[in-house]
Amino acid sequence: MCDCGNENNNVLLPQIGVITDIRRETPDVKTFRVVGRDGKKLFEHMPGQCAMVCIPGVSEAMFSITSSPTNKEYQEFSIKQCGSLTNVLHNLQVGDEVLVRGPYGNNFPVDTVLKGKDLLFIAGGIGLAPLRSVINYCIDKRDEYGTIDIVYGARSADDLVRLDEIKDVWMNVPGVNVHLTIDREQEGWDGHVGFVPNYVKELDLNVDKVALLCGPPIMIKFVLQGLKELGYTDEQVYTTLELRMKCGIGKCGRCNVGNKFVCKDGPVFRYDEIAATTGEF
Amino acid sequence: MQAELIARAKALLADGTVARVLGWRKGDTDFNAEPAVFETAESLDEFVYDGFCGANLSKYMIKNSKLEGKTLVFLKPCDTYSFNQLIKENRINRDNTYIIAVGCYGKLDINKIKAAGNKAILSVAEEGATLKIHTAYGDAEMAREEAVLDRCKVCKGGKHVVYDELASFVDEEKPAAEGRFDEVKKLEAMKPEERFAFWQGELSRCIRCNACRNVCPACSCIKCIFDNNNYDAAQKVNTSSFEEQMFHIIRAWHVAGRCTDCGECSRVCPENIPLHLLNRKFISDINEFYGEFQAGEDTTSRAPLTNFTTDDVEPSIVKERG
Amino acid sequence: MFKITNDQMPKLLKAIAETKDLFLPINNNGVTNFGFYKEDCTPDLDTLRTVKSAKDAFFPQSEGLYAVTTEDGKFTISEEEYCNKDFVVFGVRPCDVRSFVVLDKVFLSDPVDTYYAARREHGIVVSLACHQPDESCFCATFDIDAAEPEADVAMWNIEGGYAWEAKTEKGQALTESIKALLEEADVAKEVETEKNCIRTILSVLPNSKLDVSAFGAGKTDDLFNSPMWTELSNACLGCGTCTFSCPTCQCYDIKDFNTGHGVSRYRCWDSCMYHDFTLCAHGTNRQTQMQRFRQRFMHKLVYFPDREGMFSCVGCGRCVDKCPQSLNIVKVIKRMGGNSNV
Repeated sequence: MCDCGNENNNVLLPQIGVITDIRRETPDVKTFRVVGRDGKKLFEHMPGQCAMVCIPGVSEAMFSITSSPTNKEYQEFSIKQCGSLTNVLHNLQVGDEVLVRGPYGNNFPVDTVLKGKDLLFIAGGIGLAPLRSVINYCIDKRDEYGTIDIVYGARSADDLVRLDEIKDVWMNVPGVNVHLTIDREQEGWDGHVGFVPNYVKELDLNVDKVALLCGPPIMIKFVLQGLKELGYTDEQVYTTLELRMKCGIGKCGRCNVGNKFVCKDGPVFRYDEIAATTGEF
Repeated sequence: MQAELIARAKALLADGTVARVLGWRKGDTDFNAEPAVFETAESLDEFVYDGFCGANLSKYMIKNSKLEGKTLVFLKPCDTYSFNQLIKENRINRDNTYIIAVGCYGKLDINKIKAAGNKAILSVAEEGATLKIHTAYGDAEMAREEAVLDRCKVCKGGKHVVYDELASFVDEEKPAAEGRFDEVKKLEAMKPEERFAFWQGELSRCIRCNACRNVCPACSCIKCIFDNNNYDAAQKVNTSSFEEQMFHIIRAWHVAGRCTDCGECSRVCPENIPLHLLNRKFISDINEFYGEFQAGEDTTSRAPLTNFTTDDVEPSIVKERG
Repeated sequence: MFKITNDQMPKLLKAIAETKDLFLPINNNGVTNFGFYKEDCTPDLDTLRTVKSAKDAFFPQSEGLYAVTTEDGKFTISEEEYCNKDFVVFGVRPCDVRSFVVLDKVFLSDPVDTYYAARREHGIVVSLACHQPDESCFCATFDIDAAEPEADVAMWNIEGGYAWEAKTEKGQALTESIKALLEEADVAKEVETEKNCIRTILSVLPNSKLDVSAFGAGKTDDLFNSPMWTELSNACLGCGTCTFSCPTCQCYDIKDFNTGHGVSRYRCWDSCMYHDFTLCAHGTNRQTQMQRFRQRFMHKLVYFPDREGMFSCVGCGRCVDKCPQSLNIVKVIKRMGGNSNV
């Protein structure tokens, strides 16, 4: 019997997490704040890393950790309701328990490649979740990075995740420019309207940046094309991927594409690392 | 016979009657031909038709008959029943299919040739009623009839129930073999506990590879109930042997009345489980209760289990039979 | 070196089974698979190839990971017990012995899979050289010598019985424990004869040493978009026969079983050939059987060499024998890489 202690160092054994806060972000996205039973953070992580969240009897799936490592109190997961597990997660209440194991995977190279660089974040819909961790990390260590541009779009204004934080915090940080867009005209929206890939091109930002993107596959595809046209090389682009995962440690084979395992070698990839087998992502 | 089929296939491709040919491609040994689609005359040079072309091609027509242009398919007598049944179930587009009926003298089972003690087989030649087997350990002969698939021992006969043209070497008059239900009778004669032990022994070997299901022409559901992850018995593996049995029994129930007894399930089972006996038991019962019925014999009749007549047996038959 | 006669073999198996679990090829109604020894079982050391490989010894088709019970909304997790007792895997062929090296690369690489590691630690492998290799054998392609087992104990078929040689400390300890049944004998010459026989037969088998130079590390760009994949995979049924009979396929699923008083979390083999292998809420990234078929062979012949410096096929020939429609890795190698037996 074990409660949280894991004497054998069994990487497949989860910890018990307690939900301490649930915030509805959009009609189908909720952000869950999770700590251990002792009220402390479950583990330390880096921006871009993920964790497996499980409801016994339902399923287990990989979610990116949306809170920044600079937050010392808890981890947050922004989860879109779209499948059998997420349906159940969305019905949980504060105080309910979930099983969590992780952190898994690599992270955005915040302490190496990205240091001192101008950064361009491009996100679509729930794709902001993994990038938010990096954005807040960079904002908390503001003087270590150059200009930060954030292009963020969603189907409608209601589908923009963490709009409060974007408006109240990000937009007020010096050197951080936020560019919001929604797919279609909407009453009460006076911002930009149009798809993310086109907006990126229209903005015509200078090319001497590192681009970090996350969003639905179709957006990624066109953003990549757009960035190429603007003059970005594959080495300048980082993306974070999601595939079906079961083990999270590069053994179950499910997220294997080409010679990479998304859970272990990713989820963050520099685009040139995966270009050859993109047909399968 | 192979040369004749290649010539016809080339002619039908050349005059535009068909866009592709579904047949068998030569393997890298004499005994591992694979089902294949040929789209050019040159590629047909790899076409093969011999005793080892056991695969029933009718299920592949679900996919191929939906493609642009007609597909030529070669069907053996027993395959035509599966084909008809698939037409009945609206799975195949008959108008997009051109069938050449090919003759069959019983298909060979390499496992039987191996079981006879032949190891490291380099070639197998059919010479009339004899197989000449050349192995790395020496040469051997065996009677062809000893090496045919179990299903061929109870052949339904030489008649093709659907086709567009007949190959020259067919024998439509070839009679059905005797004793199709002998093995079923043996099982029926067992005491319930003996029968349970028999099936438990056989089904305990099941590795849940799903080959039986995936090859079965009657298993044409787009999504199988066993592929539902919200269900504890979902494919792959079982937490108890009880479920293993359930998989095969549920499958047998599902194909009851639609199974033509083509025998593909037993042919492909890597563990040699005689799965066809489950289906054949159903066929035997249907014959007994509703009169002789052969699924796939035609494309229009109502099947006994999906039809209602006032003469139908009552459920109480189960108790009466014990 | 020792000799064990055919008469003594049943006694030897019984003696091993008295103190340890014994996993060996057992005949069940004409079909041989690895299984645990029971007094009334029919051991079968003659069949060259079991239907399923010896992989179950260390990575069983299904195994419990942990159980979760819930009381008042609070979870309790109890970890499944690890293998903690020595056991013997008997009669493993050299190809299957090599498959353990492949599995080790996966399960013992960081982070270590503790369930597998425990079994590996306690498992003692007794291998048997391949008396009379078969036409579907192609282990030499991957530099495996069917005449020279690399295990804790090696055995060879010789006149009237088997030669027995301990190769490791674990093997020596096992040998000590059953020494009474072994006969000290100078069988080196007979073993040499057997080895020569095996190698001679292998040299005349058409596929025994295939040319795999078209595959290996760094070949993704050459092979990934080859039009051959469509042709090669056309008849694939999408069943799991090849993956479940394969000694090196290690993909697995993690599932829950509702025990009535909680949830038992277990893992079980999965197959990349299954259409829902990569299916998740947003769809699947491998939508066609061609893509799934390509994944299996690219993984064994290119991706694994990329990562681990070795092929993850051991040439056992099970998929060659068992594919319902006669598709297999030998055909892939030959059609995409050249026909020569080198």
